[in-house]
Amino acid sequence: MGRYVARRLLQMIPVFLGSTLLVFLMMYALPGDPVRALAGEQHADPAQIASMKADLGLDQPIWQQYLNYLGNLFQGDLGTTIGTQRPVADVIADAYPITVRLAIFAFVFTVVAGISLGIIAGLKAESLRDRGLLGLTLVLISMPSFVLGFLVQYFFAFQLGIAKPNVSLEPTNSELLMPAVVLASLSLAYVARLTRTSVAENIRADYMRTAVAKGLPRRRVIGVHLMRNSLIPVVTFLGTDIGALMGGAIVTEGIFNIKGVGSLVFEALSKREGATVVGVVTLLVVVYLVASLLVDLLYAVLDPRIRYA
Amino acid sequence: MRGAKSAKWVAGAAVIALAATACGGSDSSDEGKKNTSGQPAGYVSIDVGEPQKPLMPADTNETNGSYVIQSLFTQLLDFDDKGEIVLTNAESVETEDSKTWTVKLKAGWKFHNGEAVTAQSYIDAWNWYANVENKQQNAFWFSDIKGYEDVHPEKGAPKGKEMSGLKAVDDTTFTIELAEKVPYFNYKLGYATFAPLPKVFYDDPKAFGKKPIGNGPYTFEKWTHKKLIQVKAWDEYQGPNKAANKGIQFKNYSTVEAAYTDLVSGNLDMIRQVGPRDLPKYKTDLGDGAIDQPYAAIQTLVPAFYSKSFKDIDPKVLQGLSMAIDRDTITKTVLNGTRIPATSFTPPQVKGNQTLKSDILKFNPAKAKELIKEGGGVPENKISIQYNADGGHKEWVTAVCESIRNATGVECVGDAKPDFPTDLEARDNNEVKGFYRGGWVADYPVNVNFLKELYHSKAESNNGRFADKEIDELMAKGDKADSLEASVAAYQEVENALVEKMPAIPLWYYAINGGHGKNVDNVKVDFHGDLELTGVTTK
Repeated sequence: MGRYVARRLLQMIPVFLGSTLLVFLMMYALPGDPVRALAGEQHADPAQIASMKADLGLDQPIWQQYLNYLGNLFQGDLGTTIGTQRPVADVIADAYPITVRLAIFAFVFTVVAGISLGIIAGLKAESLRDRGLLGLTLVLISMPSFVLGFLVQYFFAFQLGIAKPNVSLEPTNSELLMPAVVLASLSLAYVARLTRTSVAENIRADYMRTAVAKGLPRRRVIGVHLMRNSLIPVVTFLGTDIGALMGGAIVTEGIFNIKGVGSLVFEALSKREGATVVGVVTLLVVVYLVASLLVDLLYAVLDPRIRYA
Repeated sequence: MRGAKSAKWVAGAAVIALAATACGGSDSSDEGKKNTSGQPAGYVSIDVGEPQKPLMPADTNETNGSYVIQSLFTQLLDFDDKGEIVLTNAESVETEDSKTWTVKLKAGWKFHNGEAVTAQSYIDAWNWYANVENKQQNAFWFSDIKGYEDVHPEKGAPKGKEMSGLKAVDDTTFTIELAEKVPYFNYKLGYATFAPLPKVFYDDPKAFGKKPIGNGPYTFEKWTHKKLIQVKAWDEYQGPNKAANKGIQFKNYSTVEAAYTDLVSGNLDMIRQVGPRDLPKYKTDLGDGAIDQPYAAIQTLVPAFYSKSFKDIDPKVLQGLSMAIDRDTITKTVLNGTRIPATSFTPPQVKGNQTLKSDILKFNPAKAKELIKEGGGVPENKISIQYNADGGHKEWVTAVCESIRNATGVECVGDAKPDFPTDLEARDNNEVKGFYRGGWVADYPVNVNFLKELYHSKAESNNGRFADKEIDELMAKGDKADSLEASVAAYQEVENALVEKMPAIPLWYYAINGGHGKNVDNVKVDFHGDLELTGVTTK
């Protein structure tokens, strides 16, 4: 077990290097000079631009820039932004906490609501409540999140007046509820459908009949025997979903004016702030890697047949 | 029981991981509770986002930063909403020959830290701004001053640290000697770049940029990056634009729509621009609070004179294309009435604006066709309009193309660049294939700003690479004039001559479509489209 985890952690290093290099190259390939763009339509002095680039190390060949970046990274330096000259670490530290909170809210909501809805529907497949759930999730899957976000905002904030339309600068937990539900709605629909199918399949399995025949209480039959086997595909989905949620949804963050990672990446991309983009993406890669490791380890809990030595 | 054991271990790890992140979350929410009080009483809030750069007067030329700079710093003079000069820190700015200017400062002015504002504060600041080593974006604004090349050579290190043209006479008087005559130089002094700096600036300019100390109507309070900048009204300010409110919060919004919802629900006092989604209804939503006012800015189509389409083109063709654009209909429908059809190369708010003695800006398909034919037509009968897709230009570019195609049969396509940096790069590298979308907001309210900066053959913002000896000579005549009036009149001649040269096709003037909530009053718009914050009162 310990060796397996260690090996997986070691595997993260080449993945990490590869993904940063890729993002680095992609940023480099984009047209548009970030230093020149600062001046906009106004005059920009070429000599001045050149010296600013020299200060930022942007005049060096791409491989040199990448090596410099890695070198600094190992000393814990993520670089500085081009415009405001702030350390990228600070910029990310400002944006991350709110995204983490939002992601946790959304994740918990997805897990609790999605799995319970899935079980309720799956236990009686093809019934009215099952069809109802399938219909509802279909609506959620097909509705773009900006439509949903706007609708939710319109009803709860402007018609009913029970919520503020935007979150404030230092959002309280209750303010995050509405955007978290909007953010979670898509994965919630997937989780509910995955759980439903898997529960509906497993309920007819031999071991279920055995468990019932043994005279086990219904709670234990469903809670332990059925759930453990049905949750594997759901957990796989949730694992990758953590990464997606941490990436922040640009649209949801935009609608509710949340200054999180999503809007940070979008803004940094449009300003060609390479260091910021690479920094955020690097962090996201780590989140994805850790989440998928957790998922793999959780398999062993759910199904002891799947084991890692 | 190996499986069970490892299962416990893993479940434990997962719980710890979740608990750890959850802790992080609840920590920051505790902090949040302390600061949710929001806006202090008497403060007004506006949707101004994160400045692009640290807050230094000569390093800021985008609107977010300049809003904050203008609240913290006051330069020698400013303009009223009609574009007339209002003296702020200066008692007088005078010249006899348009070459040597004498500035007298009002006595008793201080920086926020108590240091007196003297002639030397201005001279030192300008020398520092102009110095190439300090890499200030707006350094070129000082290039009129004698000795600029010494501190800002085209190549290499500067020869000295001072421009010979700046001399202090006494504590409150200094003279500015220019390299050449510039009859409208005092208008340039209204640009925020010409603000003075206190001595503490030179100790650590970087730290200063994060926490500036100015001489303006407000003092700096706090800057929560990407969220909020707060400034407080300064009691000791002596200028004519003393704050009528207690302070300002510049709040950052990710979208104009988000800002609008906050305005409507009362969490924000003013917004600078209503987004397309809310434009149709903002006047009913806001009532008296709706702002719809033109300002000194123009949108143009600029031909790239090096491109295949427009190399050695007969201006008649461009006149024809101009007459093929139905400005009235496009501004009314596609642009929701947020723009005003152009009637000249300069907007009405600037000195010297005139009605052209020509009908090239009027929609006339028949004449358009005729002119294009007379001029020999467009090569391949096809043109393109380059624009940045992130700026909301797609709709009108499509409409303009449609109009040209219908009126003249010339094929017209939009050439979208994904964003502004890409668009600018194509312009800088002479890669524009036909027209590009040009836009210009007044730096100072004189027609020169719209003609010389854009169409002089050596102008830095002349990305169409229009070069015409006759126009350059006419401009030189305007620059040699002894008075502002004579210079403005000479530039009117330039404008009349431009009709025959067509360095660009003027499309329309901008208007600000903003609004304010019920808690504030006296919201006015200045000549370059910024909301004037000092005069805003709270109810």
